[in-house]
Amino acid sequence: MDQVPLLAVASVAKSFGAVAAVRDVSFPLYAGEIHALVGENGAGKSTIVKMLAGVHRPDTGQMLLDGRPLELGSPAAAIAEGIAVIYQEPTLFPDLSVAENIVMGRQPRRSLGRVDHRAASRLAADLFARLGVAIDPDRPARGLSIADQQIVEIAKALSREARVIVMDEPTAALSGVEVERLFTVARSLRDGGAALLFISHRFEEITALCDRVTIMRDGRHVSTDPLDAIGVDEIVRRMVGRPLDTLFPKREVPVGDVVLDVDGLSREGVFRDVSFQVRAGEIVALAGLVGAGRSEVVQAVFGVDPRDGGTVCVGGVVLRAGSPRAAMAAGIALVPEDRRQQGLVLEASIERNATSTRWRSLARFGLLFGGAERRSAAEWTARLQTKYARLDDPVLRLSGGNQQKVVLAKWLSTAPRVLIVDEPTRGIDVGTKAEVHRLLSDLAADGVAIVMVSSELPEVLGMADRVLVMREGHLVAELSRSDANEESVMRAATGQVAA
Amino acid sequence: MSAPTASRVALVLRARELGIVLALAALVVVTAVVNPLFLSGQSLRDLMLGAAILVVMAAGQTVVVITRNIDLSVGSVLGLSAYAVGSLLEAAPGTPVVVAVLVGIVIGGVLGLVNGALVRFGNVPALVVTLGTLYVFRGVAFLWAGGQQINADELPESFLSFGTATVLGVPWLIIIAAVVVLATGYVLRNHRSGRELYAMGSDPAAARLAGIPVGRRTLAAFAVSGACAGLAGVLFAARFGTVDAAAGTGYELNVVAAVVVGGVAVFGGSGTAYGAAIGALLLTTIGSALPVLGIDQFWQQAIVGALILLAIGTDRAVAARVAARLRKESSRV
Repeated sequence: MDQVPLLAVASVAKSFGAVAAVRDVSFPLYAGEIHALVGENGAGKSTIVKMLAGVHRPDTGQMLLDGRPLELGSPAAAIAEGIAVIYQEPTLFPDLSVAENIVMGRQPRRSLGRVDHRAASRLAADLFARLGVAIDPDRPARGLSIADQQIVEIAKALSREARVIVMDEPTAALSGVEVERLFTVARSLRDGGAALLFISHRFEEITALCDRVTIMRDGRHVSTDPLDAIGVDEIVRRMVGRPLDTLFPKREVPVGDVVLDVDGLSREGVFRDVSFQVRAGEIVALAGLVGAGRSEVVQAVFGVDPRDGGTVCVGGVVLRAGSPRAAMAAGIALVPEDRRQQGLVLEASIERNATSTRWRSLARFGLLFGGAERRSAAEWTARLQTKYARLDDPVLRLSGGNQQKVVLAKWLSTAPRVLIVDEPTRGIDVGTKAEVHRLLSDLAADGVAIVMVSSELPEVLGMADRVLVMREGHLVAELSRSDANEESVMRAATGQVAA
Repeated sequence: MSAPTASRVALVLRARELGIVLALAALVVVTAVVNPLFLSGQSLRDLMLGAAILVVMAAGQTVVVITRNIDLSVGSVLGLSAYAVGSLLEAAPGTPVVVAVLVGIVIGGVLGLVNGALVRFGNVPALVVTLGTLYVFRGVAFLWAGGQQINADELPESFLSFGTATVLGVPWLIIIAAVVVLATGYVLRNHRSGRELYAMGSDPAAARLAGIPVGRRTLAAFAVSGACAGLAGVLFAARFGTVDAAAGTGYELNVVAAVVVGGVAVFGGSGTAYGAAIGALLLTTIGSALPVLGIDQFWQQAIVGALILLAIGTDRAVAARVAARLRKESSRV
């Protein structure tokens, strides 16, 4: 390919505070190709995506469109240049109709600048027909399934006739049929001369769809090659930069009695009839696609979310539904998925955050004095090797990995019998990731029953004694450590029948 | 995910405004039965005149609330605009009414821009910003007026007659209020910029990603609310003929109440100027109907309060039911 790339990323770098998210990354994107961008979580892919979307500006380096330097000062500028980004988490307006979501900012107009609502509906209906889906353009976007929201996002990009289409894990929540449909559309866009940047963790999708692959690791560019010149094993090796087995040090430990017994748990429209047991010393992974209902299940177990039916027992005692306090008293701890929103009070001190689960027991006469909090926080942050300047610094000053350690400290200090961790290593660096994994392994060795929700397959396969797979609100498979591999888990999660 | 779902949802949403209309109709009917004079031309005209000022401000407030903001300074903007226009007419009695109206709108618009700029560039929640400017603008009015009052005999006759003059039997104030509501409702429904305001209120982060000029639209929304309050100030001066620095004190709560009762979601993204106008009309009617019904004025505030709770409660219940049904229909669980 000797032609001028449609879009070139040239030596871009971007730092957030002291953290370098992207360092000197360059790769070309040609018209008429589907280009895979792969790397572990935290490798800097999202930062590249956000630069292309006009959300972040590169600190150094630039992006070239048709050889011309791009100044993307805002998302509007990126859209105007014909760059469409489909985010992993859909960005729809829940109160507006599906059609309005698609045409927002470029509504068809009649005389006097009036928005032509009917033409917008027809446009949306045409796009859905082209995509082969049945979504009513006039219904509000609120309540759409994740898969349908994703389809609406794709329709939005189609309607803009974008030349550069960035898809950030678009297939994460799609079923097999929907993925095939998306691929058909992606290929027709490519054949029409568009350049697609496709981000996915599923190698079978990358090999089926993409022409070339760029690999990133720790914010750096590793390589760009045609896909037929490089095998999946080599891609994985370059992504991880070290052999997989040392990353996930799960130790074999004797398994004890059943500690957590979940029976027939249901919540209308979210999940149904979910039953599983976890024994002392066991790590059970809850795998599945985004939106399969995994987080909702563990939140219902902990009592944060409501449930319509079923029971949760800890050590043979039935828990009161909808009461996190009862769950904590029974010895359950939940490290939530979104540590910034749910796990921490970002403006409060490390000390306050690390002890917030124990204020009741640390208080004297109902009042908290600094000393007890400080001792407890110092002990647990030291045990987790948390790096900080002062205990009374606000927790938002810490790096992602150290923030996660504070959340873990907060919950471990309650001496839980059941530890539920939801995406425990999302967005933290590789070194800290290994520390978290070692910690979970140590806890299991001490007899804690661990439930781990994770979207990272290597983590699931490396850490879990058993893998439970959820799809569309149902528990569809239980795989032993020996049966679980990338293929069997993904097949269960996507509902694909073995070929 | 079928057409019936959409139409059912639309029906529920329409029923939201229908509910207020029915409440208003019931109130008027009951009051008229007790005292038929309540439906006399003069009485109705007084009612509408009383509502006109609130309706204008409610239309402006709707624009702000739809973007998930709030403007608490409108009462003070009304006061400042009324006093400024009054002073202008006192000093230059020959000023045409149209100019007076425009001056009021411009003053209000500028004060609204101040609110918008503080929200946009200061990155401070609108609740706090406009609570601050509520006191600041009122303070400026007091400083300027210095305890003085502009009386009807100091205002030109042409301006005072504007407060009572009619076209084909319809007072100017009512015509102006109707035009403001229809224009606001029309732009919100039919213009790109209007649709973008809904989008901003529905999901601010997504609005940025969609390339909507969120900052500019925020400024504009507050400018519109300010301009409406400024216009309301001129109408206030014309109707009452007496203006001091305290004009419009406490109006902001009536305006917010009208908007909320009128079905505009306080978390942004939905509601119409028409609903807000009907809400304003309902609140004003309650104020006029209770004395006719022989109910203690004390109850008026309690009833308005109950209506607000009812409106918000209905919104929540409807939203939860719609969301549950849509989720059920689009998931395969």
